[in-house]
Amino acid sequence: MSSTSFSRNESRYFYALAALGLFIVFLGYLGMHQMEEHGHIVSGMNNQIVWGLPHVFAIFMIVAASGVLNIGSIGTVFGQAPYKIRTPLAAIIAVGLLAGGLAVLMLDLGRPDRIIIAATYFNPTSVFAWNIFLYSGFFGLAVVYLWTSMEKRMYVWSKPVGLAMFAWRVILTSGTGLIFAFLVVRQAYASALLPPMFIVLSFAWGMAVFLLVQAAMFAWNNKILDPAILKRMKNLLGLFVISSLYLVAAYHMTNLYFAKQTGFELFILRDGGIYPMMFWGGYILIGSLIPAALIYTPGLGGTKSVVTASALVVFGSFALLYVFIIGGQAYPLSIFPGYEVSSSFGDGQIAKYIPSLPEALLGFGGLAIAYLITLIGTRVFNTMPHDAAVVAAKNDA
Amino acid sequence: MNQANLDNKTNADPKTNLDRREFLTKSSIGLAGLAIAPGMITNKVRWGMLIDNNQCETGCNDCVTACNTENGLAPATKPTDAQWIRKVQLRDTLTDRVSSLPMMCQHCEHPPCVDVCPTQASFKRADGIVLVDKHICIGCRYCVMACPYQARSFVHEVLTDQKTEVPRGKGTVESCTLCVHRVDKGETTACAEACSKAGHNAILFGDLNDPESAIAKRIRSVASTQIRADLGLNTGVRYEGI
Repeated sequence: MSSTSFSRNESRYFYALAALGLFIVFLGYLGMHQMEEHGHIVSGMNNQIVWGLPHVFAIFMIVAASGVLNIGSIGTVFGQAPYKIRTPLAAIIAVGLLAGGLAVLMLDLGRPDRIIIAATYFNPTSVFAWNIFLYSGFFGLAVVYLWTSMEKRMYVWSKPVGLAMFAWRVILTSGTGLIFAFLVVRQAYASALLPPMFIVLSFAWGMAVFLLVQAAMFAWNNKILDPAILKRMKNLLGLFVISSLYLVAAYHMTNLYFAKQTGFELFILRDGGIYPMMFWGGYILIGSLIPAALIYTPGLGGTKSVVTASALVVFGSFALLYVFIIGGQAYPLSIFPGYEVSSSFGDGQIAKYIPSLPEALLGFGGLAIAYLITLIGTRVFNTMPHDAAVVAAKNDA
Repeated sequence: MNQANLDNKTNADPKTNLDRREFLTKSSIGLAGLAIAPGMITNKVRWGMLIDNNQCETGCNDCVTACNTENGLAPATKPTDAQWIRKVQLRDTLTDRVSSLPMMCQHCEHPPCVDVCPTQASFKRADGIVLVDKHICIGCRYCVMACPYQARSFVHEVLTDQKTEVPRGKGTVESCTLCVHRVDKGETTACAEACSKAGHNAILFGDLNDPESAIAKRIRSVASTQIRADLGLNTGVRYEGI
């Protein structure tokens, strides 16, 4: 095959993939348009479950965006060469994920047309308002980070910018955890463990997304990832998955210890139907234990195992967020402790929620935005990790 | 004050000083007049309600109906419908005592909805009434998540036949306004009025800060409580008999 025909084929694939992404973005637009035109009545949300499936997608993308950049931090802040050359790719994926997440979050507002008000009326006591500032800063900093990691003249700035990015990420993901942690009356959320839990979850989710994108790029370019680097990266994913499990377990164990929280925990972990099923089956088994087995079982841990493990970690993250966000709201508020209550407004009742097509489309539309930005970014910029120099240096040593 | 004296000293024109004095005097008289005018919003007043659980009749829904009529809300039939006030049935799990009470925005002194609102659309007036500015609410629903009393509703669909004095809108959050449009005219709330008409007199509305008001006298003489007092929100709505 001549180089010209290869290039033509490659272009054809690229445009086909971009068209696919655009089509899903268009479907997302249709979903958003339905919700904008008719209101949230076309979603599965109601006055008890006010944050639905779009929040699951949005929070996954925002948390994963922060986590993907952990790859860059390991390289620029902690000086690990194989990770340093992956910083540009990580920065592009992070920008894409954040853009997708924010798009979903904004378009799920009751009045997305008023989004500018979020900038013109700032409430310093609102963690939501802090996050608006943190997200915009993340964008700006990620672009500068990309610049310092790709432009040779700017290399000297890559470490300080990397450090700033690292600090910003920690604060941003803490901020995302705090959105929930500050909800003191909600049994599912009022926990100081949430910010650190979100940070560790971000490491795992970001790593999983990165490994998926990296595998696609290597396959696209008919290249094979150096086994030593693959091993390092998959072991790190395994470590993050196990650390996440530890923090999720600690969060539930502390809740179980408080008598007033027992009812909620039994609901989420045992009696709540779809929620325990998604927690144990979706997050624990499919999203954590099987990936860990694929990573650590002797004889496994090759490219296919790592890609499967990464995809399962992403699946598990959606299961966990669904249980956390929807299940957390489905359990009734404790307004009258010591009383059995009922009303026309869901007091004392488990709230029902069935996701609708428009909100699912909006969520997938956001993922497609992240995908498109990554696809175009990786084509426009030279983000392909070139490990030859790193491997050669290691062999020489 | 010091700045004003300094300005007087540096200004040599006696006519200007006289005009300023005159202006200040007239303004003070005007302001004093405003302060005692009915409907003036001031932090000297703290509007609130005392709800007597013993007088509240199980099965009676008059307060809810009156609220809906007053504020242009359709009777709730779906979980997506707005409910500004609802009757909650309670059964004490230890004693089996059954009772019911109306539940609405508790008009907290330290409202969590105001703390979390990113755009300051949720706000507390000087007289303690917690409201939503319908012009700057972006519909993020964080206040719904933060309210300990499940008192807030999100408008899920297009509304028709709204009352001119009670602005509402699709995609924004709303809750009991303590009938602010009536209170500003010196009237009581629709729910309190309906409860009196029904002969139950379970809802007493008034100024918690005025020692001579019926509500202030009542909370001085009987044991009343705030729901979820442990949260330290100092609610404007209090209950007796629970």
